[in-house]
Amino acid sequence: MPLLWLVLTVLVLAAAGFAMGRGRAMASAGGDARRMHSLPVYYGTNVALFVITPALGLLLLWLLVQPAWIENRVSSDIPESAIGESSTLGLVMSDVRRIADGLDRAVAEGVIGEDEAREMRTEFTNVRDRLGEVGVALGSNVEAPILFAAQQYRQMSATGNLWMTVAVLAVAMVGFAGALVLTNKDYRARNVVERGVLVILIAAASIAILTTLGIVLSMLFETRNFFSQYPWTSFFFGFEWAPDFRGNSSLSIIPLLWGTLYISFIALLVAVPIGLFAAIYMSEYAGPKMRSVAKPLIEILAGIPTIVYGLFALITVGPLLRDYFAMPMGLGESASSVATAGVVMGVMLIPFVSSLSDDIINAVPQAMRDGSFAIGATHSETIRQVVIPAALPGIVGAILLAASRAIGETMIVVLGAGAAAAQFNRGLGELVNPFEAMTTVTVKIVSQLTGDTDFAAPETLVAFALGLTLFVITLGLNVLALWIVRRYREQYE
Amino acid sequence: MTDVKIAARDVQVYYGDNHAIRDVSVDIKDKTVTAFIGPSGCGKSTFLRCLNRMNDTIDICRVEGDIAIDGEDIYDKRVDPVQLRAKVGMVFQKPNPFPKSIYDNVAYGPKIHGLARNKAELDEIVERALRRGAIWDEVKDRLTEPGTGLSGGQQQRLCIARAVATEPEVLLMDEPCSALDPIATAQIEELIDELKQNYSVVIVTHSMQQAARVSQKTAFFHLGYLVEYGETGHIFTNPEDPRTESYITGRIG
Repeated sequence: MPLLWLVLTVLVLAAAGFAMGRGRAMASAGGDARRMHSLPVYYGTNVALFVITPALGLLLLWLLVQPAWIENRVSSDIPESAIGESSTLGLVMSDVRRIADGLDRAVAEGVIGEDEAREMRTEFTNVRDRLGEVGVALGSNVEAPILFAAQQYRQMSATGNLWMTVAVLAVAMVGFAGALVLTNKDYRARNVVERGVLVILIAAASIAILTTLGIVLSMLFETRNFFSQYPWTSFFFGFEWAPDFRGNSSLSIIPLLWGTLYISFIALLVAVPIGLFAAIYMSEYAGPKMRSVAKPLIEILAGIPTIVYGLFALITVGPLLRDYFAMPMGLGESASSVATAGVVMGVMLIPFVSSLSDDIINAVPQAMRDGSFAIGATHSETIRQVVIPAALPGIVGAILLAASRAIGETMIVVLGAGAAAAQFNRGLGELVNPFEAMTTVTVKIVSQLTGDTDFAAPETLVAFALGLTLFVITLGLNVLALWIVRRYREQYE
Repeated sequence: MTDVKIAARDVQVYYGDNHAIRDVSVDIKDKTVTAFIGPSGCGKSTFLRCLNRMNDTIDICRVEGDIAIDGEDIYDKRVDPVQLRAKVGMVFQKPNPFPKSIYDNVAYGPKIHGLARNKAELDEIVERALRRGAIWDEVKDRLTEPGTGLSGGQQQRLCIARAVATEPEVLLMDEPCSALDPIATAQIEELIDELKQNYSVVIVTHSMQQAARVSQKTAFFHLGYLVEYGETGHIFTNPEDPRTESYITGRIG
């Protein structure tokens, strides 16, 4: 039974359960809803929940476990000899899966019969040609053990799917019957549904957390691969970034991290004062009319795609900074520079800082301002000494959020600051020169993973190590933000 | 015996189209506690806020008429409302300490008005203000702790100390005890009694017992009008206006 039908069947069962549970409860109370413990709808929901939750839970689990299990069984049957010199078990297994899929498709289209698919032998049939007829292209001729493995794979999947259908439907029926038997007018359906709601909410929260965990684990796995091929000391403590796909690369994070932090720093230098002052003007001085016009205008900035900012950096800001600052001061001749990317990124971040700070400043109680005015403080004294300190935890949060955005930004950097990593061997002067081209971690992750890449080479795998490091840094930043917010909250509330 | 500190003549206050205060004329005496009583929405808080021009911070609010402190019109163009508020302190209904240390809360006013020449002088001002606020003994060992960590009654006394730190001549109190328990209320009332030696105190209150306990003069407001103004003892025992009598005996309000 296809998956969709299975899910639909469970849902139909649940709907039937809802109607029957409700009816049974009503019947047991003699049709008078006032004599029941819960509202009738709860009894119905209760039965439906008992049908859906275990059945779909089992389905999900089964779908997760079955492929891994089959893969494991089939791959253990593939003889060493079937894996060629230049190949790996993983590559062979992907062939097996493709052949199995091809056979499935051929059967579905009626090109070959089910029996033929099962009994096909390489001695008698050219599998490659037969599958070619249904549009499954195979790279090479199919060896006997691989065809056999593919047939086994199909067989086991089919059996597994059959058992899955049976098991899921059985669980659904058991839930249906069990819940229906329990249903009578004194059954506390309302409380059970309440708990069911709790479980659903927890499940939603867990999915978010588990996804994060999954991302970290997948990165961790590839990062481990990387470090098995490349010494971690050179990665963290080297000073050169020079990838070479012919081997013998220098893959150190420090030049990239320097670029990331430098560009982010300049971005914050632009975004924090402008954003904060704009927020103060909006929330404290602007009249309602001004505010209703200006605030959306500022927030339009947040809606501009970063690639457009990148173009702005490339054709306007870059040449401008070069012609009016870098060249006259003799600091460089490149339009791609740290300053270009930093300034444009700062503009991009203004609405983040201003919008969040605005909300936070508005949340400071009016009583606080009144207290300050009543002592004879002016408006700006009140803002500087009372409103901002009270809003500080939130403002710090807003700034750190902007910092996370800055660290993760890619497009503006590619177009504004170039793709050349900082070079530590040229001395400190070039490193701190804001008109020097530089690049960031994210840009290098992209460039290491685009094009014709070999996922076994350290030059490619370094992307995962970079990604993981970046993740750890942003995580640290968030933890720091939380810590600061909590510290100030203790002091101020 | 005492002279007039604040003289108001024909004061009108409008909130947009709403005529909140009508024809209020009153003379508030120096070194006296004056209580404003009246039902909610009668305009007593609004009138109080006219006395230090706090209504200026509300866009739709308009004040007409003359209010003079020591014979000087406070709504004159030459008067700086910021300077005026240093002279006319205010304490609010809800304690509103700043998110700063206890010391900085009190030092805030003197600092922005430049009342202290050095740290030692500032320390002295803060201590004097906290003593006047009758809270010195409770906080002298923890001046660096946040003002928001104090109890409600302590916070309100801190706010009073903060208000007196700038050496005002008039102290306005807008229901200063409405968020406090009876013990804290008693402490504040005692404090008000001491404060009248140095200041002219104007207090808005909903509690007639409180008005009777702390004030020498009482003004009764009703629907934006000043209905009756006189000696507290006289107002409570022998009111002239039937509306005053109805209010203090609990029939309107």
